Amino acid sequence: MDKVTQSFEEIVKQIPDGASIAVGGFGLSGIPEKLILALVAQGTKDLTIYSNNCGVDDWGLGLLLKERQIKKMVASYVGENKTFEQQFLNGEIDVELTPQGTLAERLRAGGSGIPAFYTPTGVGTPIAEGKEVRQFDGEEYVLERGIVADFAFIKGWKADRYGNIVYRHTAQNFNPLCAMAGKVTIAEVEEIVELGALLPDEVHTPAVFVQHVLAGQQYEKRIEKRTVRSKGGEA
Amino acid sequence: MTARDVIVQRAVKEVQDGMNINLGIGMPTLVADALPAGVDVLLQSENGMLGIGPYPVEGTEDADLINAGKETVTAVNGASYFDSATSFSMIRGGHIDLAILGGMEVSQHGDLANWMIPGKMVKGMGGAMDLVVGAKRVIVIMDHVNKHGESKVKKACTLPLTGRGVINRLITDLAVFDFTEQGMVLVELLDGHTLEDVTAKTEAEFINGLT
Repeated sequence: MDKVTQSFEEIVKQIPDGASIAVGGFGLSGIPEKLILALVAQGTKDLTIYSNNCGVDDWGLGLLLKERQIKKMVASYVGENKTFEQQFLNGEIDVELTPQGTLAERLRAGGSGIPAFYTPTGVGTPIAEGKEVRQFDGEEYVLERGIVADFAFIKGWKADRYGNIVYRHTAQNFNPLCAMAGKVTIAEVEEIVELGALLPDEVHTPAVFVQHVLAGQQYEKRIEKRTVRSKGGEA
Repeated sequence: MTARDVIVQRAVKEVQDGMNINLGIGMPTLVADALPAGVDVLLQSENGMLGIGPYPVEGTEDADLINAGKETVTAVNGASYFDSATSFSMIRGGHIDLAILGGMEVSQHGDLANWMIPGKMVKGMGGAMDLVVGAKRVIVIMDHVNKHGESKVKKACTLPLTGRGVINRLITDLAVFDFTEQGMVLVELLDGHTLEDVTAKTEAEFINGLT
């Protein structure tokens, strides 16, 4: 069982126009930057993207936006992106805003064979409009749908050839959930290691959720808001 | 003290040893910097971290270690990282003791609006809707009036809601209010402001709970 392939260009050839893709990352942290670049180069259109954010104007999913490859975006926060604002105001892109915790749970549920679930989030707000609301133990809950995507793009730190994945720090974020929600999950990582090098205790995403593994070179890993303190001093 | 200092200094008093706390983006983040040395709490970040430390020393910032405001941070000893679904299990599941969020409008019924102004570009609610329904205690901190001098503390919110009847306590630059079965109760005046002053600047109806 060897899921490792070499070419980002080749691996995205299976993605047709109109596909839905769950994309990991939070802001620009832990995004599958090489897979996004390959999809931009391929020019695949009419995509439905499930992702917490939509990149910035010149990086991440923002690059797909710029080339008008996204038809529908399901996200919790799409600020920091002028291209998005323009396409939204012109009615060129369909947007479904989903609370962050609901989006995470929708991906987890979809990937776990659960088609829908009740959540307290959004009761009495515009998010609940048109959705079933039901009482349990005297409290109201909104019915939200699980997400299953045609593909998932995820970014890990290390992987083995079976597709076991370890993430680094908060770059984990939505990646394990997208891995579960994708019918075909493609993982890009910084390093591919030998079988056994990842301890079973430390694997975050077990191999079963991953179909393809690629190693990327020279990760750019952009920082959206660089906040620091001086040595020994305050922020 | 500026209005912001008054609010932040008062909000700090809500923090107790042993708490797991989520601080919203913007003014609530300043509460972390104002915490007294030695206070023993864990700060949660909804992207997937419990135990946020100070900003990194210049030159050590790490793109793989950010808070929910996408700022580079550090981790304290005893911190943990996890996926975003686990993070919101903590939040929605009632495991976070205290959430402090900013607000655009608050109603006398404890409704909060802080994510959208109709007619303007919608940026999204992020994790705010989950936080207000899930945290054990929800405190909103905001200026009492807007830049036109109009009360942000209203009979009913005019903006789309983030949560309905979700606020436990409101801290403004003028006063502190609690939301109870009986209604909205004024419990504290801040920075030398008088009851008359607060009443004049508050559209909402409230009970005077000052002792």
